[in-house]
Amino acid sequence: MGIANSVLQAVRTEMGLHPGTYPCKVGVRIGEMSAIDQDALRFCFEAMVHETDLESLELGIEVCPRRHRCQACAREFVVRNYDSRCPQCASLETTCISGDELELAYLEVEEYGTSTAGAKSTQ
Amino acid sequence: MERVPLERKVLSENDRIAAELRARFQEHGVLCLNLISSPGSGKTSLLERTLESLPPRDRVAVLTGDIQTENDANRLKRFNFPVKQITTGGTCHLDARMIERHLADWPLEDLDLLLIENVGNLVCPASYDLGEAAKIVVLSVTEGEDKPLKYPSIFFKSDLLVLNKIDLLPYVPFDIDAAADNARKVHPGMEIVKVSCLTGNGLHEWMQWLERRRGADKPLAQTVS
Repeated sequence: MGIANSVLQAVRTEMGLHPGTYPCKVGVRIGEMSAIDQDALRFCFEAMVHETDLESLELGIEVCPRRHRCQACAREFVVRNYDSRCPQCASLETTCISGDELELAYLEVEEYGTSTAGAKSTQ
Repeated sequence: MERVPLERKVLSENDRIAAELRARFQEHGVLCLNLISSPGSGKTSLLERTLESLPPRDRVAVLTGDIQTENDANRLKRFNFPVKQITTGGTCHLDARMIERHLADWPLEDLDLLLIENVGNLVCPASYDLGEAAKIVVLSVTEGEDKPLKYPSIFFKSDLLVLNKIDLLPYVPFDIDAAADNARKVHPGMEIVKVSCLTGNGLHEWMQWLERRRGADKPLAQTVS
């Protein structure tokens, strides 16, 4: 719920910079090691926008896999089933380079009047 | 339709406050540790055993988080170190603003070590940076040895795994080597100490880890039984 609230706060802050538009979709990136459950986030998000001015706001979730870089041969690879061994040289000396994301990626905004979908008022 | 790039962290406000706290801790030479576990794994017991084995004038303080009650703070206050309860009133984790607020009247220059006991939860506390130097995850042998695989984030982000309640190993079907292997699958090279807060077994290793992290030039005060 705290994460969904932070996303919505960011949307409201950003909308202050885009007068004359309304937000259609907010995109977030979630790493598979970030401890965020997609369904739970979506549930909380929908509960929080329900019957508010952001009710039509869509949530886009991009899941980012855990990626490691091999310290021996510099190969970058996706870690599956917690197997962090380098697929190229079999080294165990690999470091995590992504998979921990909890990021706001983008916001899609539409000018009032250009589309009927989602536009509730022109204030 | 226009797509505006945002490219910032969802919890950027929390992270901003946490970065300020971290800078203040560093400035005053305070080691801040964030203890995280499921409810009932033994965070408070570990803190009790820790506080009782520290010298009386050690510059240590504890913030302990729970959804309701002052019970944990009352348990920890008897060791005569500064202890403050953070009751979150429903929130399942501590965030950096709560730490900032509860530290407001504690002069950091009087502290060397700040121990934070998070709300019992293996999920959300992993997402909220509190400005700590390290997270410590506590897992007890009455839980499943596959917990590191089920809740990888917190094991991935913690510097140390404390395996607690090892006195119960003869009575529970817990494979402690499998638990350690699982933790190291998620977090290769993770440090692990095995303790019993009831019997004191293994606590010496925990205290050594703690003293090492404190950069202790002073000797360990006394050994836990």
